[in-house]
Amino acid sequence: MTNTLHRYGDAESFRDDYIVFATPSSGRNDVDSVPKLKKFLELALPFKPVNIGDPVHGGSLRPERGLHTTSNWKRDMKPDFRAVIDGIDEPASVVAIFDNQAAAEQFLKVAADADLGLSINMSASVEGAKECCQFAGIARHSVGYSLGFEGATDKLPNTQLLKLTTMCGHGMVSASLAKKMIDWVKEGRRTPDQAVTYMARFCSCGVFNPARAKRILEESRKKME
Amino acid sequence: MKINPNKCVACGNCTYVCPMGAIYIDPAINRATIDRDECVECYACYYGLSTENLNPPFVRLVRKIFQWGRLRFDPEPDVCPTAAFEPDELQWPRVIRRAFSDPRATHESTGVQGRGTEEVKTNDVTGRVKWGEVGFTIEFGRPGVGVWLRDIQKMTWALAKAGVAFEKKNPFTLLMSDVTTGTLREDVLDEKVLSAIVEIKVKVEQTQQIIELVREVEKNIDTVVALGVGTRCDENGEELLVAPILERLGYKLERAKTNMGLGRITNPVQKKEDQLQEIPSETR
Repeated sequence: MTNTLHRYGDAESFRDDYIVFATPSSGRNDVDSVPKLKKFLELALPFKPVNIGDPVHGGSLRPERGLHTTSNWKRDMKPDFRAVIDGIDEPASVVAIFDNQAAAEQFLKVAADADLGLSINMSASVEGAKECCQFAGIARHSVGYSLGFEGATDKLPNTQLLKLTTMCGHGMVSASLAKKMIDWVKEGRRTPDQAVTYMARFCSCGVFNPARAKRILEESRKKME
Repeated sequence: MKINPNKCVACGNCTYVCPMGAIYIDPAINRATIDRDECVECYACYYGLSTENLNPPFVRLVRKIFQWGRLRFDPEPDVCPTAAFEPDELQWPRVIRRAFSDPRATHESTGVQGRGTEEVKTNDVTGRVKWGEVGFTIEFGRPGVGVWLRDIQKMTWALAKAGVAFEKKNPFTLLMSDVTTGTLREDVLDEKVLSAIVEIKVKVEQTQQIIELVREVEKNIDTVVALGVGTRCDENGEELLVAPILERLGYKLERAKTNMGLGRITNPVQKKEDQLQEIPSETR
């Protein structure tokens, strides 16, 4: 799975994007891993992640069924971290997203000290992840580089849209929706916070970074690339 | 996926959320319609849209009145007001589309478990990519372009010809009728998916050769390609073998996934098996 690796942007644009995830390996350490996965996310909460999630049930912002009509005027837009943690019921990667390096590296240290026995990875800028490892006293085991997008790149949308859509690594956030959200923010029809929430609900494993998306929307409000 | 025409009110919200742009309002029937050729069965519309259960005739009337008065109702953009999406009972080979496009899908019908494998994410416990080796993930179609499986076959043919072995547990490998030639099953070639990942492993010395091969073949494939390159770090956590090769080839290494090496084997049965197989401790 490469769902957090190929985010579009340069290292500078990842300054508020640190993804830390714990993965049980099938047949090796997945037995009785559910309590460990829950603990991993519990340990993350004090460091104020901007999103958490699991691929089976979703992130902290999820679609809702059977909304009341009044939701068009008054809708709960807050992430529900507790629902994510309580909902984990099978072995799968769980993820915590941070918008600053200090929080990510401190959490990494705490997660390492907890000695959960699960594989823990960080998806971030190459240097950002290296610095977090140094802080936590960890020697990296393996690294997977993203070489970015190539081939028929003329089929891709502009860079701001790419930055938004690739934050759901499974491709569930469409370029059309991202463009619509940029337009709505530009027109003042929705705030960046609201627009980000709409997009995040389509990301089915919670790796969408609302803080980075909000910054990109703010930048797009003033200047489209 | 299908849209129930008795429920759809042609609000247009779903036309924006489809990653493939396969949903449109058909003016002939004034209902949202799915282009089945372009639809990859990712279910982003079905699962991603929140739903209301409003009365369709009433909503149509309200919309008509607003339209007549040139008034703009500004509803939530991620809601299907009448819950009009209904999943199809997918048959082979169309079910392939969902298996490779919907991250929530279970794949009992295909034997496929997701788009890729654990690759270097669990390398600390699997030892899949060892010192001196490079694991490639070659992803096609993402973001938002999609890919026809017959196009990916051009790449698997070229890789097989270069003597590369495909990752056995990768779902895409399972679609091959002949892994030695990289040939896919005939009945899946005309299926389109949101993305698919080909996984291979080679020696570090072959890194440049593989990248040059991928660059050459991708010129003849009508989609985007994303390359991931995974390898081991040394005992100090440094990676000084592969990065210089990539930089020499012109890549600026901006982003990576870093395995911290904190995992260990804890399943009782596997532990016993691994001891029997005498897996070197450096891979744990």
